[in-house]
Amino acid sequence: MPITPDRRHLQSRYDVVIVGAGPAGMAAALGARERGAEHVLLVDRETDPGGILLQCIHSGFGLHAFGEEVTGPEYAGRFLEQVLEQDVDVLTDAYVMDVTADRRVKLMSPRVGVHTVDAATVVLAMGARERTREAIRIPGDRPSGVMTAGFAQQLVNLEGYLPGRRAVILGSGDIGLIMARRLALEGVEVVGVFELLPQPSGLTRNVVQCLDDLDIPLHLSTTVIRIHGRDRVERVTVAPVDDDRRPIPEKAWDVDCDTLLLSIGLIPDAELARSLGAQLDPLTGGPVVSGTMETTLPGVFAAGNVVHVNDLADWVSREAQVAGEAAGALATGARRPDQDIRLIPGENVAYVVPHTIASDGTHTLSFRVRRPIHGPTVLRLGEIHRRKVRAVVPAEMVTMKVSPRILEGFRGDVLRVDAIAAEEVAR
Amino acid sequence: MSAGEHASRAGHVHDVVVIGGGVVGVTLARALSRYHLDVVLLERDEEVGFGVSKANSGIIHSGIHADPNTVKGALEWPGNVAWMTLRDELGFGLAQVGELLVALSEDELVSIERLHAQGQAKGVPGLERWDQQRVRRHQPNLSREVIAALWAPTAAVINPYEAVMLIAESAAHNGVEVATAEPVVAIDPPDPDGPIVLHTPARTLAAHYVVNAAGLYADEVAGMAGVGTFSITGRKGEEYLLDKRLAGLVTSIIFPCPTATSKGTLVTPTFDGTIMVGPTAEATDDKRDTATTPEGAKEVFAAARRLVPGIDERDVIAEFAGVRAVADTDDFVLGPTARRGFINAAGIQSPGLTAAPAIADHLVEVLREEGLQLTERDEFEPRVEYPVRFAVLPMEEQAALAERDPRFARLACRCELVTEAELVDAVDRGARTLDGIKFRTRAGMGRCQGAFCTWRCITLLADRRGVPIPRITKRGGDSWIVCDRDDADAAPPRPPVPATSPPAPAAVEVAGSPGAGS
Repeated sequence: MPITPDRRHLQSRYDVVIVGAGPAGMAAALGARERGAEHVLLVDRETDPGGILLQCIHSGFGLHAFGEEVTGPEYAGRFLEQVLEQDVDVLTDAYVMDVTADRRVKLMSPRVGVHTVDAATVVLAMGARERTREAIRIPGDRPSGVMTAGFAQQLVNLEGYLPGRRAVILGSGDIGLIMARRLALEGVEVVGVFELLPQPSGLTRNVVQCLDDLDIPLHLSTTVIRIHGRDRVERVTVAPVDDDRRPIPEKAWDVDCDTLLLSIGLIPDAELARSLGAQLDPLTGGPVVSGTMETTLPGVFAAGNVVHVNDLADWVSREAQVAGEAAGALATGARRPDQDIRLIPGENVAYVVPHTIASDGTHTLSFRVRRPIHGPTVLRLGEIHRRKVRAVVPAEMVTMKVSPRILEGFRGDVLRVDAIAAEEVAR
Repeated sequence: MSAGEHASRAGHVHDVVVIGGGVVGVTLARALSRYHLDVVLLERDEEVGFGVSKANSGIIHSGIHADPNTVKGALEWPGNVAWMTLRDELGFGLAQVGELLVALSEDELVSIERLHAQGQAKGVPGLERWDQQRVRRHQPNLSREVIAALWAPTAAVINPYEAVMLIAESAAHNGVEVATAEPVVAIDPPDPDGPIVLHTPARTLAAHYVVNAAGLYADEVAGMAGVGTFSITGRKGEEYLLDKRLAGLVTSIIFPCPTATSKGTLVTPTFDGTIMVGPTAEATDDKRDTATTPEGAKEVFAAARRLVPGIDERDVIAEFAGVRAVADTDDFVLGPTARRGFINAAGIQSPGLTAAPAIADHLVEVLREEGLQLTERDEFEPRVEYPVRFAVLPMEEQAALAERDPRFARLACRCELVTEAELVDAVDRGARTLDGIKFRTRAGMGRCQGAFCTWRCITLLADRRGVPIPRITKRGGDSWIVCDRDDADAAPPRPPVPATSPPAPAAVEVAGSPGAGS
């Protein structure tokens, strides 16, 4: 299988070059081919395509993409099969070092050396990275044994080692919840999950299946305030927090452990977008994108977790399909649709993606709420559209479909997105 | 050279054993490698430079600060000069960015005048008194409260760990046996006719001369030799690195006027281009206490903001603490002792990093006076091949390297763009731990903090050193990173989980946490 071509097999010019072969990159490749892009190159820094899906051996993927639940590697495998059928060039063990404004892509790989290819369009699909201890500045010693939940997942699921024998998990993000279960099943003692916020950060189904079913305690409104251990982690001090999320040290206690896993959020891995000069959205940490997922740099698209952190791989692939289709179309001479309406986050909305849309297009808006509303909620798009949902929580991304029919008759250029308790709207 | 080639033979007497592979020990070992001598350097940690030398402000002082009537004051300026030669020979990161000692009030002008005169008396060139306008032109982001400053262009910033590692490598190239993970555990009582006999867990060594450069533990080593005439206490310093975005906020090292115990909190443009603020100066009973604390951060940022108001604690991207080795004499303890052949190089507090090469030269003279025969070697090679830094090379050179060795085209650390070939080189140059690779190559220093490269570094270390993966450590000792699956099954049953509910406040230990004791 010609997954990693050598330099002879690489084109010097591609219609679409895609950076990252995870759930976003592979879907973008398929989208590009569907819209007639002849030469598509998919680059990934790992030896196997699939990205983070490969270490997600649990089920829960594909309900939207395939209509059935599969594991991460199965999800990746199904996409890869199609990618290879579609004659996409897949270059793995390769790293995109730089992309210039005129879309010369500089890459390195043992098979091709340090090499450049020209691209009519580029899709950035680098995904996200995990926030680290440094991001939240936990004071104390600096021993080994403090690691992100994703790294622990790699150790256990791909490499066959354990991160430690007695673990504390800080943060109730999905990876942390899934790792709590995984480690418990591997015989590691999971002492507890500690969450700064008054509600879990991960999906409800994960709280139930990964913690409740295994009797792993979840401590809400509690955080780690100090790490102890000169060589290896020996214990952590945890403390409840007040309403302003400040620790209450008088109520702190120590927990013995040799491992501290951090599941404290993901950040779009948008360095390449930044160095290219694409405008970034401080609310998401990712690039500003149009309704076709094009960044502020013409011909450079972005999709998936590099734009905003999604909670399902299926959403990532759907969004990347849009980006791939638009990149493919643009590369083969299609006109760029006017993006004439700007979207801004309004009441109880943390961010909205995309940032602009076309009034004659069909779009799926993705956003997250700031605060949970545990009851009927109205999602409002300016004054032109409303949709009612049962409830909203920050952990679960909200989507809203917008069609030309909805936008018909709207003459402004800015639309606000709000999420308001139904009873308040009524008032 | 491997330890095997140097395995101590029964009855063999080394010329010099240097105890301690910090900056003083390695510069001395290298200085001695110019001569026909049999020298062994013993370092207790897994790598050289992992003690005081790794965690400090990374400053080569201008030469003006320490009183010339003290030993540390006498060696400060010669040390500065000697570093420039070392840099030229070994190529480690060192940039002469200069320092600005600023006065925030009329009272502080006295300090400026005193240090100006002291610097001139010591022969430090280029000193200038700057008025407010000149200070603002040079450093527009300094506080408006700064009324005058002393400019000292000879100050430099350095990557101290890189320097220590390259100096040790150079010593080894010139025939010194550099033995790591080999602490001295005992020294035999004096024998009037015989050499000094030392014991490590691995072997017994005999030497005509022993130099005690054991840093924080130099008092203990002197005690083993029966000449424990001084004590060392730790003085902790916390340092905070700020986001790269703030690069250029200051372009020289900014000093406040000094206090009795310290040079104060500095704002430093590090060699790598980030801004560093610190250190604190806090006495600690625990020489291994390198914890950062909310109180330390608060103190550092309050002080730093007086100098540069644009600095914000929210911009911290990394933090660490180091412990300075302070002798009860409050000066370097340098020279021969009551025990023949046993020489101290202890109490090397600030400006110890600056003075280190001058300390080494001084100790060579001490050894000569004590009777050590010094004959220069014609074949002394002052240079070592500087490691390739792929990330900073122009594309043609990167391509040529990749052509020659495909491992130069395989990514190992994505944040700092380090290649597999550079990791291999670091291990071949002696990296034994994850931190050893990190400090040699920068792999793991970036914003993902090793999430991407750690596994690559672990497997490479295991492969090349022939060590099982669970035995790879972060920095030696018990700092293991992963364990085997079987271990968890074999682990003894633990008592019931204590964390489900907080214990009574009386049992709570919150050392150093915010508001502790209040």
